[in-house]
Amino acid sequence: MADVAIPRAKPQLSEDNAWTQLKHNRNWLGFWFMVPAMAFLIFFLAYPLGLGIWLSFTDTRIGRVGHFVATENYEWLWDDSIFWLSVFNTLLYTFVASALKFAIGLYLALLLNENMPFKAMLRAMVLIPFIVPTVLSALAFWWIFDSQFSIISWSLKHLGLINQNINFLGDTTWARICVIFANIWRGVPFVAITLLAGLQTVSPSLYEAATLDGATRWQNFRYITYPLLTPIIAVVMTFSVLFTFTDFQLIWAMTRGGPVNATHLMATLSYQRAIIAGQLGEGAAISSAMIPFLLAAIMVSWFGLQRRKWQQGESND
Amino acid sequence: MSSVQIRDVRKSFGNFEVLHGVTIPIEDGQFVVLVGPSGCGKSTLLRMLAGLENITSGTISIGDRVVNNVQPKERDIAMVFQNYALYPHMTVADNMGFSLKLRNAGSDEINKRVKRAAEILALSPLLDRYPRQLSGGQRQRVAMGRAIVRDPQVFLFDEPLSNLDAKLRVAMRTEIKELHQRLKTTTVYVTHDQIEAMTMADKIVVMHDGIVEQMGTPLELYDKPENQFVAGFIGSPAMNFLKGHVRVNGVATFEGPNGVKLPLKTAPAASDGRPAVYGVRPEHFTIADDGAEAEIIVVEPTGSETQVFAKLGGEQVVAVFRERHQFNPGDKVRLKPDPSLVHLFDDATGKRMNA
Repeated sequence: MADVAIPRAKPQLSEDNAWTQLKHNRNWLGFWFMVPAMAFLIFFLAYPLGLGIWLSFTDTRIGRVGHFVATENYEWLWDDSIFWLSVFNTLLYTFVASALKFAIGLYLALLLNENMPFKAMLRAMVLIPFIVPTVLSALAFWWIFDSQFSIISWSLKHLGLINQNINFLGDTTWARICVIFANIWRGVPFVAITLLAGLQTVSPSLYEAATLDGATRWQNFRYITYPLLTPIIAVVMTFSVLFTFTDFQLIWAMTRGGPVNATHLMATLSYQRAIIAGQLGEGAAISSAMIPFLLAAIMVSWFGLQRRKWQQGESND
Repeated sequence: MSSVQIRDVRKSFGNFEVLHGVTIPIEDGQFVVLVGPSGCGKSTLLRMLAGLENITSGTISIGDRVVNNVQPKERDIAMVFQNYALYPHMTVADNMGFSLKLRNAGSDEINKRVKRAAEILALSPLLDRYPRQLSGGQRQRVAMGRAIVRDPQVFLFDEPLSNLDAKLRVAMRTEIKELHQRLKTTTVYVTHDQIEAMTMADKIVVMHDGIVEQMGTPLELYDKPENQFVAGFIGSPAMNFLKGHVRVNGVATFEGPNGVKLPLKTAPAASDGRPAVYGVRPEHFTIADDGAEAEIIVVEPTGSETQVFAKLGGEQVVAVFRERHQFNPGDKVRLKPDPSLVHLFDDATGKRMNA
């Protein structure tokens, strides 16, 4: 047999070329893993936000490219009483609804944390308002508060308490109460279930220890439950405030901002001016005006959320 | 300080009875350890004493007062929990002073008592820390501090050392015992660790499946276990048990597995031929020419003593020697139990047969 030279692969001891090195670079690889999330955030959050702010400095209308007009839109808004009404409405709506959502949500959470029959079912039921699409529940409330067919008016009339239908969505005060009520109805489950989750992280032996230390049920809540729950309360209430402040669907489906702009929030007013009236620049300015308020809310929770001293896990031994 | 009387106490969860009539007298100032395997009802009993569980029947009294229907906070007891149950959002000082604060004690009074307790437990430099910043042993001491600040009638400990590492556990054991000697407060201590029970208790209560198997001083339980369960539970390594029959023909002997002859000091009356269990502690074996032949399987030297696992009449036994014998696996040795220290139990009931 003839000797056949077997071609051998050259041992690759040479310096890796730049591409091979790059392939093994963890930071480079990490960058590519981050790209999808980054792209998503840039295209769907950062870009619209930036565009919105830019538009607010232009006189763009639907179908017409705008020109830079500096702060003219804001100057207009400054003198616009409807805009200020919407700011007032938004603050009122956010403040009242959030406070009540917190109170009712905490109460429900405490209730659901007790041992009672059908606990799992009750907990599931609490979530119902949360899982129904907003527009559907808004339509239901629209009927409930209808000026002619309202079931509330009907019931009260049959009970002999009133003689005439209440004009729920036609009267400014009533309309505000109704939209706030609907918002609370929708928002309570989120608060309740999140706080319930927080309550369940509190070790039962803490309550036992406190009971032996002589705490009443109220003192158990005041000195154990509440302080241990504060970090979760801060998170929940931040989200609740942000969602309420930017609410649009519920209002638009129930009142469209009426009557006489009494329920116009900044978000609905912005939509009305920008899309319905076509004044994109002005609508964008109203939207942008929400940013300082939202930032303020975030700052409050930022400082509220700072890890408390007792949560710090430093060990010095 | 006061005495505690537990009389015929039963506890059921639904139809399931976990305590079947437990009676334990506890004298003023005594350190009583409830010990038993998990599920024996010892923690349930402690929680009933604390008022965290209802009493199904029977009575518990603290001092002269029956406390069955007394709220936990009015029982004047303090409890140390297994996980310490320290309030994470309070400093060490606040943790310890919490019960006084709830009783509206003045801040001077609270400071004074917290300081004194902190001195006793060497916690003074840690008073401003939070539980997270403490080591396991320090947390354990804070939990004890919270109890002693109140100066209660009775201390309750629920497996307080089981979350600590072995070395710390030994140190804390001594510390708790020392604390008791100093404060002389009536103490009920629950553990599953018989060494803790032996080393700390004035009186041990061995529980098993919701009944009290035996009560007594540590050495009483070690020397004269009333039944096979207690004999096997107390002592480490555990007692060896060999099944067989009592033989009385002139001299009392025990015929073990495969006809192994083992010595008995005396045979109980009318016990010839009775099936029985022969119990001998590992430390009560000696090497003697008239011993029973055994084959060594494993030798484990610990320095102070040597544990030897061997086959005696086909059964595995363990023997402990303080002398340093030269043993190798496979060696044949003659093991002789000390007849005066041998225990004999009824095969059917497990009750002790010899005096």
